[in-house]
Amino acid sequence: MRVAKLFVLAVFLMIALTVAPAAAKDTIKVGAILGVTGPASFLGAPEAKTLEMLVDDINKKGGVKGKKIELIIKDSSASPEKAISFAKQLIEEDKVFAIIGPSTSGETMKIKNIAEEGKTILLSCAAAEVIVNPVAKYVFKTPQKDSDAVIKIFQQMKKMGITKIGVLSSNTGFGKAGKEQIEKLAPEHGITILVNEVYDKAASDLTAEVTKLKAGNVQALLNWSIEPAQSIVIKNARQIGLDVPIFQSHGFGNIQYVQAAGAAAEGVIFPAGRLLVVDELSKKDPQEAVLAKYKKDYETKFKEDASTFGGHAYDALMILVKAIENAGADKEKVRDAIENMKGFVGTGGVFNFSPEDHNGLDINSFEMLTVKNGKFSVLKK
Amino acid sequence: MELFFQYMVAGITYGAIYSIVAIGFNIIYNTTGIINFAQGEFVMLGGMIAVTLNNFMPLPSAILATVLITMIIGALIEMIFIRWLVNPSVLRMIIITIGISIIIREAALHIWDEKVRALPYFTGTEVTSILFFGAHISPQVLWVIGICSVVVVLLNLFFNFTMRGRQMRACASNRNSARLCGINAKNMVTLSFVLSAGIGALAGCVISPITYVHYDSGAPLAIKGFTVAIFGGLGNSMAAVVAGLILGILESFSI
Repeated sequence: MRVAKLFVLAVFLMIALTVAPAAAKDTIKVGAILGVTGPASFLGAPEAKTLEMLVDDINKKGGVKGKKIELIIKDSSASPEKAISFAKQLIEEDKVFAIIGPSTSGETMKIKNIAEEGKTILLSCAAAEVIVNPVAKYVFKTPQKDSDAVIKIFQQMKKMGITKIGVLSSNTGFGKAGKEQIEKLAPEHGITILVNEVYDKAASDLTAEVTKLKAGNVQALLNWSIEPAQSIVIKNARQIGLDVPIFQSHGFGNIQYVQAAGAAAEGVIFPAGRLLVVDELSKKDPQEAVLAKYKKDYETKFKEDASTFGGHAYDALMILVKAIENAGADKEKVRDAIENMKGFVGTGGVFNFSPEDHNGLDINSFEMLTVKNGKFSVLKK
Repeated sequence: MELFFQYMVAGITYGAIYSIVAIGFNIIYNTTGIINFAQGEFVMLGGMIAVTLNNFMPLPSAILATVLITMIIGALIEMIFIRWLVNPSVLRMIIITIGISIIIREAALHIWDEKVRALPYFTGTEVTSILFFGAHISPQVLWVIGICSVVVVLLNLFFNFTMRGRQMRACASNRNSARLCGINAKNMVTLSFVLSAGIGALAGCVISPITYVHYDSGAPLAIKGFTVAIFGGLGNSMAAVVAGLILGILESFSI
């Protein structure tokens, strides 16, 4: 009797096991590892919302090539340890078609090899250039390169006649990668770094750091971080009367940072994609239509301001969808399709991928922005 | 010289923030002999609730309401998780408080969201500063220092000169003897949670314009506050303030 029961159970299990993959064949599984909560939630939360919105939309319209997308979002809270285990889980257990994310550079670097070994396409939403330099076969990224951001800032400094600067960065992957680029590129652009300080990502007050900058008589402050600390730093700088121009990284592209810093944020200069200033773009701009639609959809659905970070997830998913449309649902072919994609208009810029360039964006994808009356605005030269 | 004062002011700012958190640790230690690792979460709750209430009412009443609400939460936590334990070991209670801190943090994430919030500056704005011996100091720092001092003085008076305060201290030094003297030890423990939750919430309100507050901001503050509480010799609020200032100034001058 007992044996019979076991036998029935085994048969059921076998049916279940064979049926499940058959059902899954009709969907394309896309994994996403995003820092929805935790210190990088400024990035991860809009990214996750964007993906959910887009996937709903695509599935309502019948999916990609007749297949629905099944989105699996994992919240890594910006912890590299969690990102590693989620990456393994997505690749080995869920057998996803591709992974979008992670949100931060530190996490992406930790799972770069895992994606490479698992032969799974990884479309990172993080900024550091090291993600795609050296190029890894399966790893792509959608945000602009941090080296381009640094060059753009240095060019602006040159225009303003600034040569001596103070650099602050946080002890995260993003901060470290940015600091390296700044140190590497400064001599070429005739910039001298007088003060170079690293602070903890959970820092609650940075008065001492900005005091050191004031003591060093710098002509400008350049801060590189993605945490709330970047609001704290400008507040403290203004409080102690350090009234030099303040430059931030492209990580400043979320209006919440401006709101958090209030009056202190006025006049902060930073490079960013054009999403933030879509109202000021001319209709002739190739990105205008894409940006205006994404911004409107996002803002009507979630009742909060769209940020460039959500845009990175938009680009990642849409590039993947476009590649699947062109090449069919085959991992290798899709990978090749992404690598050879040219002229894809996304929120970050116009992407031109090549076997040497897995980012596809150049320095022109950045615009110098500033904060005016609590809003982002194009910096008038 | 100007810079010396500026570093000093930065250090005092850090120190005041650390001390006001450390005081909360001390109160519970004083009555129960345990370290409440959920103290940082009381600070976080204070900031979050105040920001929410400030949308409906003016700042002073929002802060007052926040302190009361957090006190009630503190009492509930003690009654639900700690009060019914029969003869709990100190280690067990400490582990329970760590668990409580995780629960509060996750609950806050679900009630609010992952966004960073802050109360408005009590006086002036983000860029206002007062000149003091050539150093610029934000008025909010003076609020933190002021409230910190008032709390320390009141606590010292309470613990040394009122019957309730003495009863609470008696419970810490010898629970059984205190009970033999007719002190309701369990009520004293509840009272200590209420007090420290209230002070934590008040701290969360005054420091939130400087440090910002989000669901995860309690833990880093608690670690610094804990360090300061230990450095000042557990249980002594006056020493905690001195220790906090020393740590803050050391940090600021070491940059």
